[in-house]
Amino acid sequence: MVAITYVEPSGSKVEINVKEGWNLMQAAVANGVEGIVAECGGSCVCATCHVYIDPERLAELPPPSEDELELLEDVKAERKPNSRLSCQVKANESLLGLIVTIPECQT
Amino acid sequence: MTGSDQHILVIGAGQAGLQAAETLRSNGFEGRISLYGDEPYAPYHRPPLSKAWLTEKIDERQLTIRDISALERKGILLRTGSVIEAIDPHARSARVSDGSLVHWSGLVLATGATPRRLPGSESSKAVHVLRSRRDATEIAERLQHCAREGRPIIIIGGGFIGLEVAASARKLGLDVTIVEAASRLLERVLSSDLSQWYADLHRSRGTKLLIGAQVSNIEPVGPDQAIVHFADGRSVQAGLVLTGIGVIPNDGLARKAGIECDNGIVVDDCCRTSVPNIVAAGDCTVRRLPDGAKIRLESVQNAVEQGRSAALALLGKEKPFTETPWFWSDQYGIKLQIAGLSHGADTWVRRGESSESGFSIFHFKQDRLIAVDSVNAVKDHMLARRVIGTSAAPTIEQVQDARFDLFTLRSKSA
Ligand SMILES: Cc1cc2nc3c(=O)[nH]c(=O)nc-3n(C[C@H](O)[C@H](O)[C@H](O)COP(=O)(O)OP(=O)(O)OC[C@H]3O[C@@H](n4cnc5c(N)ncnc54)[C@H](O)[C@@H]3O)c2cc1C
Ligand code: FES
Repeated sequence: MVAITYVEPSGSKVEINVKEGWNLMQAAVANGVEGIVAECGGSCVCATCHVYIDPERLAELPPPSEDELELLEDVKAERKPNSRLSCQVKANESLLGLIVTIPECQT
Repeated sequence: MTGSDQHILVIGAGQAGLQAAETLRSNGFEGRISLYGDEPYAPYHRPPLSKAWLTEKIDERQLTIRDISALERKGILLRTGSVIEAIDPHARSARVSDGSLVHWSGLVLATGATPRRLPGSESSKAVHVLRSRRDATEIAERLQHCAREGRPIIIIGGGFIGLEVAASARKLGLDVTIVEAASRLLERVLSSDLSQWYADLHRSRGTKLLIGAQVSNIEPVGPDQAIVHFADGRSVQAGLVLTGIGVIPNDGLARKAGIECDNGIVVDDCCRTSVPNIVAAGDCTVRRLPDGAKIRLESVQNAVEQGRSAALALLGKEKPFTETPWFWSDQYGIKLQIAGLSHGADTWVRRGESSESGFSIFHFKQDRLIAVDSVNAVKDHMLARRVIGTSAAPTIEQVQDARFDLFTLRSKSA
């Protein structure tokens, strides 16, 4: 289990123990974290699972694929250097304690 | 309807039903909300069932869209394993399989659709359709079994589900044959050249295609094999026969209750049915367009948008579903994305070489862009979703001009 803190658009913080191998979107939606839509269920085609990764720790994540980068150009909220699609980030031990912030809007 | 004595019943705990329930809550509905589903699970994502999930054996719970406890916190009561057997619009009640009667002040029908089957295919372990988590689990097991025993598999129907399962099965190294009755794959959705491209793709990956082949029946053999008999007298034996030949909308409850149906529950663009206080959303519906034509869409986007419209309609707010329809399919790691509906197109233009490195086909009807099919071209697809039906849509000449940068149109559409 990897403890991840999600900051909802309202500012509320929710800590979830994400199973290794699950992606950050799956754990968030199943637990009803507000603000992640994930219309395509993680197929990397909808850009509605946008999150901001704690900038300090961004470099610890495997880099985004070309598809993810292209989709990130079309996210609804502001795209920042630390923008990622949460369905493309898998939980593993090294992410323990990561803070991800969910933007105001996804669609 | 905002009083706390109000009760909205949502029948069908799939993508559309869940969206309707959550939209009701997030839009200020304070009464009770009940979500009844006949499957034993909380709402889950279906698209992965024919894609990565089949071969990667990921944890089933990773498919969950919303856990029961998350719904509870929102004040949505989820009842799994509960079939609604009948509805009565006059008494505003519904009969549940456990014999109880549920009263409602508003009703959302989100019952989805059921795969068509072929005669003789009901009782064999070797013959399957793919709709539910249970189906997918059984199919995943069969695929492993066939891989071990060296038995071939046959997929009847060259639609998205069949093609995706074929690609997944090839990944496991299985002997796969796709049988399509029409003259080409995906005939109803793709232009002929893109159909051809997909046929070539499948052949190049070692899948056999029988195009224009009519199946007469399927005959179970022993406990776990089946023979597919063709109209021309041929027959083939397999360890798994998957039929992916389309679905039948689940409109039975509505029809018996006197709600207008026509191969689906007929709804307007705000998801209202022919009966007040009863709305419907998702695969169970057929939408009447302003010009009287009817369309049926079977997609996640349609389920989500209609679920939202339906909930708002019950709250007396009009939120027509007007977004550009979109859909996707993954086969052999190649991503097909469709924006708009290409039916009725008179001109098409390709951007990019037709290779796996990415291209799109732009469909025009009377000089207007109506749809774009993109293969490994995510940016084209996202652009298409924004501009189709707007003044920012490119002209035929712009699409033909390889030097014209289509992405400059994005700012125009913003
Ligand atoms: C294998 C597969 C792959 C797919 N891939 C894609 C894809 O890549 N992209 C895409 O956009 N779409 C895809 N789809 C289609 C998409 O999943 C559907 O369009 C969508 O799930 C429809 O949602 P729905 O809520 O209308 O219906 P469903 O998700 O079918 O939900 C309806 C629910 O209601 C239940 N129910 C029915 N009658 C009753 C009753 N009387 N009482 C209680 N419960 C009842 C059903 O059992 C079901 O659980 C795919 C579908 C499948 C099966
Ligand atoms: S869930 Fe669709 S892109 Fe992440």
